[in-house]
Amino acid sequence: MAQSIAKEFTKGLWAEIPPFRLVLGLCPTLAVTKSVENGIGMGIATTFVLVFSNLLISLLRNVIPSKVRIACFVVIIATFVTIVELLMQAYTYELFLKLGIFIPLIVVNCIVLGRAEAFAGKNTPILSVADGLGMGIGFTLALASLGTVREILGNGTLTIWGGTPIFEMGANFMPFKFMIEAPGAFIGLGLMLCMMNLIGKK
Amino acid sequence: MGDLFVLAISCIFINNILLAQYLGNCPFLGTSKKMETAVGMGMAVIFVLVMAGSLTWIVNEYLLKALDVVYLQTVSFILVIASLVQFVEMFLKKSIPALYAGLGIFLPLITTNCAVMGVCLINIKEEYTFIEALVTSFAYAAGFALALILFAGIRERILLARVPKPLQDTSIGLITAGMIAMTFMSFKGMV
Repeated sequence: MAQSIAKEFTKGLWAEIPPFRLVLGLCPTLAVTKSVENGIGMGIATTFVLVFSNLLISLLRNVIPSKVRIACFVVIIATFVTIVELLMQAYTYELFLKLGIFIPLIVVNCIVLGRAEAFAGKNTPILSVADGLGMGIGFTLALASLGTVREILGNGTLTIWGGTPIFEMGANFMPFKFMIEAPGAFIGLGLMLCMMNLIGKK
Repeated sequence: MGDLFVLAISCIFINNILLAQYLGNCPFLGTSKKMETAVGMGMAVIFVLVMAGSLTWIVNEYLLKALDVVYLQTVSFILVIASLVQFVEMFLKKSIPALYAGLGIFLPLITTNCAVMGVCLINIKEEYTFIEALVTSFAYAAGFALALILFAGIRERILLARVPKPLQDTSIGLITAGMIAMTFMSFKGMV
């Protein structure tokens, strides 16, 4: 039992890490990774939704009729997204403003619905929570790493939770402004996928 | 009238939903391998988005605001979109089979297309009037179709090129999309 929990948890961290191995949930990946801070915030919000929707869906998996399951899943996910939205509005208002419409859009993040359909609908609650947590942390790591690359190249700094930057490029560094614009997002993610392929090839 | 035209142009080119607002990227990469599927998906999005945009505006204005339950926005919008897609699918199957044959398989995919939900939310956030919401919905969808079809054309050519192994498929697709995004950036000074 403990072994299989560990297996479901760790597969989200490397073997099936979204969005690199599972090419899902690209929109938030591209949109919010202008800085590490936004990336981590988005990752944590998505993790919260993933864990709780996985838990509830797997508890209800024998009650939900299979014909209307997608509609039921969407309502459950939307409920947790609303909770996250209200929580962020109350406690992390600045981040809430920065992420904007991408918080309600967690509803249509394919990773969340994908895990509900592919995993939580068929497995026990404990395994589903492990799966959701692993996928969520993997997604957070991916967003944070893309955010780090884009922020350092595009802005020359690295800032976490406001305050002073924890890392700064020298004064002679000219920021690549395009890295924090749309093209940089696409090209950055494309190159990271390429690196993942290079490392992953046996 | 002139304002609406400017709004439409800015939604199609300057704030292009795919390349500047980063919405709807999963179908952008998923359905762009062939020209036919790209055209089908583009048309289906235009069709659904115009209806979803106007319907969610009405729901927000006359139901959520009137009853003071705006916090239910996310839940109600996704339900409106999901049931609309289902309804459109059934209607087309019954009455316009030719169109259904063309759009059919793309319709269920649209429920999880964040471009649809995203535009509905943008319309509310920017406090557009009904007419403006209708115009932006159409213009964003047209921008989506334009970018998707352009991208599919390029991707068909890439199939013939010799791409280094680690860069193949999604990776080169994303880099190409980045280059298209760069050309779309040059529209910025237009309006």
